[in-house]
Amino acid sequence: MLILSCPCCGVSAEETEFTPGGEAHLKREGPGSEDAAFRDYLFQRKNPKGVHFERWRHAFGCGKWFHAARCTVTLEVFCTYTAQTANVPKEVIDTIKLRRPEWELNQ
Amino acid sequence: MSETVQVARLNSRGMITLKGDLADQDFQDVAVKITGLSFPSQREIRLSGEMGLAWMAADEVLLMLPVEDVSAAIETADEMLRRAPAVVANVTDARVLFSLKGKRSREVLAKLAPVDLSREAFQPGQIRRTRLAQVAAAFWMPQEAQFEIMCFRSVADYVTELLEMSAAPGTVPEYF
Repeated sequence: MLILSCPCCGVSAEETEFTPGGEAHLKREGPGSEDAAFRDYLFQRKNPKGVHFERWRHAFGCGKWFHAARCTVTLEVFCTYTAQTANVPKEVIDTIKLRRPEWELNQ
Repeated sequence: MSETVQVARLNSRGMITLKGDLADQDFQDVAVKITGLSFPSQREIRLSGEMGLAWMAADEVLLMLPVEDVSAAIETADEMLRRAPAVVANVTDARVLFSLKGKRSREVLAKLAPVDLSREAFQPGQIRRTRLAQVAAAFWMPQEAQFEIMCFRSVADYVTELLEMSAAPGTVPEYF
């Protein structure tokens, strides 16, 4: 069971109040892109063992989307942050490194 | 054996959803002018008689008022919000209200919602949007030992049965 804090309304609640939205920070491959790139955009997901970035929606609460950084092994939630960002913000990376010093983004 | 908690369905109350920039002064003025209540901060609700003003999301507030005043209020809001992009929607018929009354109403609700309902965590003046078992709902406390619960009209029967089951005599623990 995850406890997530919605950055849009400030509520901390368990995961049944939220809806998972899959991997975060995907780059859309639209018209004009290679078939292989489009295929990977649609179907290829990272599924890492360890730090993972995810989209979540506070479906039963304020209804807003946000991002969460968590560990897929221990289920520790490092932090949640705004969905209005294309890349992982530096403060999020710093927060994760406090808990996982050996971890690197895009490893 | 604790005293029973009373479950009741309340009469319809007029409801208007206002969506827009909550920091905008015009937006706040509309809500304040229609309800006569002060503008709520995050997850707060202001109440006075049939009037209510609730913070619903970072871009949404809910106005509650007597049903007969809704159309006039919507005209006022439309008039005042001409400058900025905003949504004014009459949602009176979309929702129903319930009340819980009794010393153990916190326990009755805590059995249904994944929310900390201890006295320290949840108090009169706060509003919480969450779920009751399988459906979306919101609740607040007009005063201690009393809750008002709002849910969609389409699930009103389900919520009626939920609340009655949760408040059934002999099933309410003395926890909080």
